[in-house]
Amino acid sequence: MRTTITVNGEARTHDLDPRTTLLDYLRETLRLTGAKKGCDHGQCGACTVLVNGLRINACLSLAVAHDGDEVVSIEGLGTPDALHPMQQAFLKHDALQCGYCTPGQICSAVAMLEEVAAGWPSQETADLTAPVLLTPDELRERMSGNICRCSAYPQIVAAIAEAAG
Amino acid sequence: MRPFTYERAASADEAVKAAAATPGARFIAGGTNLLDLMKLDIERPQHLIDVARLPLGAIEPAGGGLRIGGMATNSQVAADPQVRRRYPVLAQAILSGGSPQLRNKASVAGNLLQRTRCAYFYDTSKPCNKRAPGSGCGALEGLNRNAAILGQSHACIATHPSDMAVALVALEAEVETLTPSGEARRFPLAELHRLPGETPHVETHLIPGELITAVVLPPPPAGGQAYRKARDRASYAGGLASVAVAGARLALGMVAHKPWRATQVEQALAAGATPAEAIGEELKDAATAGRNDFKVTLTARLAMAALAQAEGDAA
Repeated sequence: MRTTITVNGEARTHDLDPRTTLLDYLRETLRLTGAKKGCDHGQCGACTVLVNGLRINACLSLAVAHDGDEVVSIEGLGTPDALHPMQQAFLKHDALQCGYCTPGQICSAVAMLEEVAAGWPSQETADLTAPVLLTPDELRERMSGNICRCSAYPQIVAAIAEAAG
Repeated sequence: MRPFTYERAASADEAVKAAAATPGARFIAGGTNLLDLMKLDIERPQHLIDVARLPLGAIEPAGGGLRIGGMATNSQVAADPQVRRRYPVLAQAILSGGSPQLRNKASVAGNLLQRTRCAYFYDTSKPCNKRAPGSGCGALEGLNRNAAILGQSHACIATHPSDMAVALVALEAEVETLTPSGEARRFPLAELHRLPGETPHVETHLIPGELITAVVLPPPPAGGQAYRKARDRASYAGGLASVAVAGARLALGMVAHKPWRATQVEQALAAGATPAEAIGEELKDAATAGRNDFKVTLTARLAMAALAQAEGDAA
């Protein structure tokens, strides 16, 4: 199926098998291998990308269903010469060991801060009608969709807290 | 995944027409459950009708309550100011399910129609009457730690995994649908799901090809609200049991083939029973399969905690 998706600011058109997931489209069709295939079942978050500004699991989404959408992957957030502040913070805090979950962690964290700015609650939000504050417990809960099997969580939390300002 | 064809529906009417006209067709919205099951060869649709972009995502006042479009995402519902102010039990239930990434994609309609997480349903090398009718139930004498304790049958002891639906049942929500012939229907959400009986593969009272277009909440009942959920880790895990309280109404999750309205608890409380006595009334009918024996005690304690929390909420 002819599908046009704007990826990292550039409109890309391809003829896709409907079975192609958004993750396989990014990795195999566009050769953007930043988003990782961890579990391929929405359980680990390594494939997290932004679609129209929202974070989703690219593995549980069909590429043809994103015809007309704007997708940002880790390659679109920053470059080696001009890192995104979240990437800079991950480097500074050594917030990774093997690095496999890191692109998903960073994409997720960037979108998570937007959700907080929009006032979205989480299960850690005690008063659902009060303004949302990014406490350490809130930060951990909001990042619970991204698993790090090296368990670099303390550094990940520190990096995100710094980037959040 | 097996091959399938795909179309994006232009309207709800076109979607139900296409579903009625196409063999093996399924609706897809967020796809977070359906695509997972397709990858595992458990769901095998021949045609997908994408309904995610239909104009069915609005959350708007209706008759003193709230109408939530079937295509609203779980995140949108949980973040909605009306939901947070008037129906906190619904926001809490949604926020306790899945991950932010999943909630950003998953729809209200799809959440209601998600399939069980029973390990035998997921394992195509094992018998499962729900996945392969007539093949037997591997859970009866197998890994049944999270199996049902209420309303199960000898054919199936699977549970419904939704958090959201438990809160909606306690809130006495109704479901609006569009039938394959284009007729609009509305009925209580508590009548959407079936108990397994002899046909656990038939999970709802929907007509094949019927589309859930909205969930309608009546005005919130007087009294406090609370949602409590027990699970194996603090976040991003399916529940072992959950309890939703809305005023004098109570529903249990992950203990049956459907979200379970605990009418015996409600009646006993209304008659002056203590919370412990009241939940005992509901659970006196509980039957367990061995590894899930603990769920009876867990559910009772969770219900008492939720009732106390709702009382605090009302104060």
